Parts: sequence; structure tokens; C-alpha cells
Amino acid sequence: MENLAIACAGLRKRFGETMALAGLDLAVPQGGVHGLLGPNGAGKTTTIRVLSTLLRADSGDAQVAGFDVHRQASQVRARIGFAGQHAAVDEILSGRQNLVMFGRLCHLPTRAARRRADELLDQFALAEAGAKPVRQYSGGMRRRLDLAASFIVAPRVLFLDEPTAGLDPRGRHEVWQTIRALAATGTTVLLTTQYLDEADQLASKVTVIGAGRVVAEGTPDELKSLVGGDRIDVTLREAGDLVRAAAVLQTQLGAGVRLDHDGLALSLQVTDRLVALTQLIRALEQEDITAEDIAVRRPTLDEAFLHLTGKQPALAEVTTP
Amino acid sequence: MTAMLTPVVVRTLRSRTGWAIKDTWVITCRDLTHWRQQPGAVIANTLVFPVMIVLMFGYLLGGAMTVPGGGDYRDFLMPGMFAMTMVFGLGATMSAVSADAARGVTDRFRTMPMAAPAVIAGRAAADMLNSAAALAVLTGCGFLVGWHPHRGAVLTIAALGLLLLLRFAFVWAGVYLGLRFYPNPEAVTAVRTLEFPVGFLGNPFVAVSTMPAWLGVIAAWNPLSSTVTAARQLFGDPTGAGSSWINSHAVIMAVAWPLLIAAVFFSLSLHRYRHLSR
Repeated sequence: MENLAIACAGLRKRFGETMALAGLDLAVPQGGVHGLLGPNGAGKTTTIRVLSTLLRADSGDAQVAGFDVHRQASQVRARIGFAGQHAAVDEILSGRQNLVMFGRLCHLPTRAARRRADELLDQFALAEAGAKPVRQYSGGMRRRLDLAASFIVAPRVLFLDEPTAGLDPRGRHEVWQTIRALAATGTTVLLTTQYLDEADQLASKVTVIGAGRVVAEGTPDELKSLVGGDRIDVTLREAGDLVRAAAVLQTQLGAGVRLDHDGLALSLQVTDRLVALTQLIRALEQEDITAEDIAVRRPTLDEAFLHLTGKQPALAEVTTP
Repeated sequence: MTAMLTPVVVRTLRSRTGWAIKDTWVITCRDLTHWRQQPGAVIANTLVFPVMIVLMFGYLLGGAMTVPGGGDYRDFLMPGMFAMTMVFGLGATMSAVSADAARGVTDRFRTMPMAAPAVIAGRAAADMLNSAAALAVLTGCGFLVGWHPHRGAVLTIAALGLLLLLRFAFVWAGVYLGLRFYPNPEAVTAVRTLEFPVGFLGNPFVAVSTMPAWLGVIAAWNPLSSTVTAARQLFGDPTGAGSSWINSHAVIMAVAWPLLIAAVFFSLSLHRYRHLSR
């Protein structure tokens, strides 16, 4: 327990008829970025809110930085940073005024709060906009200011609830860089996301939750291998060949074939990719179907996610140690 | 960057109360900065409207108004308008509190190592300063339409104090309503719409003796009415009030009602703040 940043066992929370958390267990070691993945309503936000002392669980234990989130809430609050789904900053104040205010609420002396605000504005690439009211900021700038505010006193554990929701690709990229920089300082980051590439980009370890409990846990690579096998993506030259190609490959390779929406590509799930590739090329040749492109790849986290949360396989089977 | 590696637990040996007061002051300053950034909005919301009503009732409708027991209608109206301005503050408090809650700013405060009551106490302090300023301007406006207190400085200050005490009660009601209904922005509109009927169901504009008897009783027991009658008495303005128990104990009730309302809504607000969830 000593060196765990976050430890919770058997967390339950019910909202009326909805079971938001149904006995959630989580153990996050110190350091690095830990991803909390799940479909809408899986309990991601509830988990974050319980861990950041905003919400009290009905039952179960949760410790953050070694302190109980309910009984020792003020010790926990002194050691965490929190950024929720909306950039929680004052729109009327300037970026700098926001940071000075949050700094003083972290009980920094006024002068130290000002100095810290300037440091953070520099660090989060907001120095130029520091004097402008926040309502003139772009989405990405707001989010960076929000992250800066949760980082006034370098937290042991930083909770981020969908930090890039609603941002354009550029804004997302900026926020990703910021999160990597924060994690590099030794802060443990727990981040929820619906974007699987985000978890793939940032997280060293991922917990997949569904219906309020843990469905699978592991590195992004481990989770991908849970889906089983590799993928071969084939792009055809003639759209008219698609159905015929799918049927042939299905019978000759015995593989699961998925057609893509644009009508030119299909994707096969295979066990031995080299054997499958040879068979595939031979089969297409025999049928006189021309392929524009053939690519062999590992499954994406998206596929792992669908596999894990869509079909709900037996829990014990997919949970890696 | 090295500084950031040190987990700073900024708790000194100073008492928690000391921090609570400092935290409250930081939040108050934040709300006061809002006025500095948007003076136009503050002036429009808190001053233009009451002044407009004074002119409307004083000059457009005032000619048709008679005060039971005699007296000038504008003298009768001004204390009522002061009290109405305190009532209008309810919606202002509520919308500021619910905007913070809806945008997640309140959640950020709740995850910080600050004193829990400081956030709502800071809001209350800022709103009280705002209302004191509004009351001062409206008093000046009263002088311009010929109103003035008749019974000396001490009783005048006592009357203004009772008006601010009423605002204090509505601050807490506003904080609670804001925290309770923040997911529905239309609730703020609803409360703002109801401020006027609540005012009319009391004595700020007309004496309750002019209403049907049963309605007059409700209007007389409206907490607002006690403050208005007490302020009229202390300013030496015509009260237009009869001799029922509630009317003859106006000053006591103008203290009791707001304290009761404040106590109830302060407890509710603090509980709500601690258990805010979406």
C-alpha cells in the first residue's frame, strides 16, 4: 500500500436506480500516466469524483497518496490536483488573476502566488495571453490554464477527467504535451478518456471499466493482444470485387472478415500473419481480384476496447495480472 | 522545475479559523474583481432597475396612490424600494452561485485544501458589499425625488442595517437555491421572475390594508413586510400599517425573520456545498 498513489477496493456508488460503481478495485503505482477507459456511463467520472473527495462512495475503501479520501479528505486535498470535464476557471478574470487566486487558496503568500502564476503561464505557453480575460481564450488555452490551476502546488496525484473533450486536433496535441510534461515531474496522473488513441499516446497502463467495475487492466499492448491475433487490411481496386473477395477469404482462410464502410477495404483477423498473408495473396490471384494495398498490423486499442466492453467476455479470462 | 517536485503541504500552525477568513477574503476579492472588470453589468443589474422603478412608481403611478393614515406616497415608497432592491439581490446571488457550480469552478474549490465555508461565505461578503453600495446609491436617488429620513442619524442607520440584514438572509437563500438548482439554468429565471410577485405580496408598494382581508394577512406576514414597516418607522415615513400584532412588532420581526431565514439557509447551503454532486 505504501507506494501506491491510488488504491481502492470494492467501491460502490448508486444514484437512484443506477449502479454507477459496482465494486471497483484499482491500484495505481506512483508515477506515470494511468488511463481509465470505458464507454459512457461506465463509471469513469464517478470514480474520479470519489477519488478527488468530491463524492462519497456508498461503501468500499479508497486511498489517495496514502490517505483515506473520506476520513482524511483535507490531507488528500492538499496532495491532489483536479481538472474536470469543463475548464473550471473564472471566465471574467484574466489567466493570471485566476492562477494568483488559486495560488492564494492553496495558501501561498500573495507574492509567492504571483511568482508561481508567472512561472505557470510560461510553462503552459500562456505568458502572452496572461493579462487577457479567459473568455477570450481558445478551447485549448482554457484547458491549459485549467491544468496549470490544478498544478499550482505540484500535486502527488493529478486527476484529469476527459482533458481533451471538445478540443480540436491541435488543442488536443498541446494538452497531450502538457500532460506528458506534468507526468515527467513525478506526479501520478489518472486520466479518463473515451479516445483510445489518447490512452495509447499517454498512458503506460490502462484500466478498462464497464458497468462500474474493472473489465481489464494492462499496458496498451497487453490489452491489444487480448483481442487475439493480428489484422490484415486489404484495399481493393474495384469496389465490385468486395463481396466476392470477402466470401473467398472467409472460406479459404477461415478468418473473420470485416467490411469497411467506404466499400473498398476489408479487414481480417488472423492467428499466424505470415501464413495468412501467403494464403491471402494466392486466393486473390486465383480469383483474379486486384489489391491496391495490403497491410499487416496489430489490433488497435479501439478493437480491444470493443472486444472488452461490447461483448462482455468472462471477466476472469481477460484480466491480466 | 525542481520546486515542483516538492509536495508542499501549505498548512502552518495558524488556526483553521485564520485560514477560513483568509480564504473567504480571497473569494470576496475575486467577486469584487468581477465588478471592476464588468462595471457596466453591475450598474445595469443592481442600480438602473431599482432607480427606474422608483421613477415609475413615484411619478407615473404615484399620483393615483393614497397612503392609509395619510402621508406622501413617495415617502411611503422609498423604504419599500430599498427592501425590493434587497430582494432583487436574491436572483443575482443565485445566478452567480449556479454559474460557478455549473462550470465546475465550485468543484475545483472543493478539491482544494481550503476551508469549506469560505467559498459561500466569500460570495456572501461580496454580495453584501455590492448591496451596501446599491443601497447608498438608491438613498441618494431618494434624496433627489424629495425623500429624506426624519428621525436622526442613529435610527436612519438602524433602518439601513435592517435592510442589509434582510439582504443577508436572501444571500443565503440565493446561495442555497444556486447550489440546489444549478443544472437547470431556467430555475434562475424562474426565481428572478418570482421576485416581483413576492414584492407585491407584501407592503413595499401599497399598504396591506388596501388588500382583501385574507390576502392582507399573508402580505403582512411576508418577512419582507416587517422589514419595510420597520424601516418606515425608523425613517419616520408614513407606514400605512394597522395595529395588528405583526405590524406593531415590526422592528423585532425585522430582526427575527432574517436571522431565521439566514440560519436555515446557511445550514442548508453548507450541507449542499459539501455534498454537491452531479
